[in-house]
Amino acid sequence: MAESSGTPHIEVSDLTIGYGDFVVQRGLDFVVNKGDIFVIMGGNGCGKTTLMRALIGLQRPLQGSVRYSGEDFWGASEEDRQRLKHRLGVLFQSGALWSSLTLADNVALPIAEYTNLSQTRIDEIVSFKLALVGLAGFEDFYPSELSGGMKKRASLARAMALDPDILVIDEPSSGLDPLTAKRLDELIVELRDSLGTTFVVVTHELASILSIGNNSIYLDAETHTMIPTGNPQEALKTGHPKVRHFLTRGAA
Amino acid sequence: MQNDAQWQLDTRLTGEDSLEIIIGGRWCIDANPPASGILFDALDGRIRRMRFDTAGLTDWDSGLLTFLASVLKTCAQRDIAADTTGLPPGARRLLAMAMAVPEQKVAGRDKGPQGMFAQVGTTTLEFLRDGPKMLYFLGEIIQSLLRLLTGRARFRRRDLWLEIEEVGPRALPIVSVISFLVGLILAYLGADQLRLVGAQIFIADLVAIGMVREIGALMTGIIIAGRTGAAFAAQLGTMQVSEEIDAYKTLGIPPVDFLVLPRILALMLMVPLLTLYSGFIGMFAGLLVSVTIFDIGVFEYYTETLRALEFKHFFVGLSKGTVYGAMIAFAGCLRGMQCGRSAEAVGRAATSAVVTAILLITVAASIMTIVYYQLDI
Repeated sequence: MAESSGTPHIEVSDLTIGYGDFVVQRGLDFVVNKGDIFVIMGGNGCGKTTLMRALIGLQRPLQGSVRYSGEDFWGASEEDRQRLKHRLGVLFQSGALWSSLTLADNVALPIAEYTNLSQTRIDEIVSFKLALVGLAGFEDFYPSELSGGMKKRASLARAMALDPDILVIDEPSSGLDPLTAKRLDELIVELRDSLGTTFVVVTHELASILSIGNNSIYLDAETHTMIPTGNPQEALKTGHPKVRHFLTRGAA
Repeated sequence: MQNDAQWQLDTRLTGEDSLEIIIGGRWCIDANPPASGILFDALDGRIRRMRFDTAGLTDWDSGLLTFLASVLKTCAQRDIAADTTGLPPGARRLLAMAMAVPEQKVAGRDKGPQGMFAQVGTTTLEFLRDGPKMLYFLGEIIQSLLRLLTGRARFRRRDLWLEIEEVGPRALPIVSVISFLVGLILAYLGADQLRLVGAQIFIADLVAIGMVREIGALMTGIIIAGRTGAAFAAQLGTMQVSEEIDAYKTLGIPPVDFLVLPRILALMLMVPLLTLYSGFIGMFAGLLVSVTIFDIGVFEYYTETLRALEFKHFFVGLSKGTVYGAMIAFAGCLRGMQCGRSAEAVGRAATSAVVTAILLITVAASIMTIVYYQLDI
């Protein structure tokens, strides 16, 4: 499959996010194409996670719309929203694995909930997903018995349990060693290439931004709005001064 | 995506010992593709080589990948050479990623449920180990108290006041309701029995001594165990989960000083006060019942109560309240500090805190009742 098919998958228009009277970001306008690895970057506290929560249905935006394949997400009925959510996989910043379930049960729960596959088939899928993130053989472990990086990878396995069309990932490589982080980046690119999954990656890890992103926006904490930045590699050379400053760790 | 298209699986012998597997159609999870057993169950033992033809494949996802992963695994076990060049390039790369990290073999990990005897054994051992653990924690608290007395224990005074507010004034409504109703029950119970000997005025004695000496403290103890003991365990347990307790330790601040001490002090101060309050509310309920239902005069009831209430009854009630408070805080903090690192463990800690507190309260109440009887207090 091609890198980016050019068909819009997620369309965000005139989005304002915040809490009550407090506006975190306003005037957000961007399109994520099918098969994109779309990076939402920005410094600490700029509203990256708040935007993510608006995209995945955890927090209603103050204004504006989010469309998935043309369907309005927040304008839809509760049922339609549930249906759209099934096509979304989410990896939370801290993993958010269910601590009282084993890894196998963590990954199996969404599959058992939304398909009617037999237990053997579910077990097979679970083992495969865990193997894909390098955790083969850890089925019977509880999250509390794992290292931070393993938890992160296990929650990626859970996020992609149902082969979602869109994977939303909050800080994929934070807390991972460089090699594991690189493997995770490779996995993301591979899943995009072979399954055509669209990725929305919320991050401030420079290495990830530059190596996997093919489109991006920068959320500015000072002006409370976004700067469209396109391909991060190009933004590094010719982008907005603020973005270049960010991508070069303040050198430019 | 069309759901009507189905997966197709076919095999073709391409030589003496080689097999071609023809995979076609739609291999997605929701199309419910088959498990790999379907292939190997019918497999001729002579097959040594295997290759794939996926020209007819229209769409695929993990449904195909899991099938192929287990086919390849079985091939490896049976020494069958599998040639994956016929697979879609993306599938080959993902399969390679899944095989890249070998499966962890973790020794001595029990998977299945334990037998009954093993369960009885472990539970008994755990129970036996609990005693020394309690004593150890008690020792830590005593050390911490000694540090407090010598002015070396560190905790924020503000924390103490916050705890005092949380466990004292905020518990007043529930203590009021329960004490009033218990006082009412006592009065009715007494009235029924004392009527037989025509001594209904002694309802006042029964309610006053009963509430102040025993029941006020017991009721308050049980309410606070459920309300505050569980809260303590949940708070400390959550702090344990999020490594906050470890953060205190690395700063060189004993968590017992900083977290347990203010909670124990708060309860030792507030439970006796609540006990006293509970006693008065109970007596008020007794007065109300006696005056309205059993025709005893307000003044009569009042003087009889005053006559019955000796100082020693207050002493017994207050001392019990203090001990119960200490027990509740001890149980709550103990279970919180022992908490494991999961949401379930926090729940267990809270439950266990209440059970332990009520057990300790009952044991302490029995011992104190016997001792006070012997001392004629």
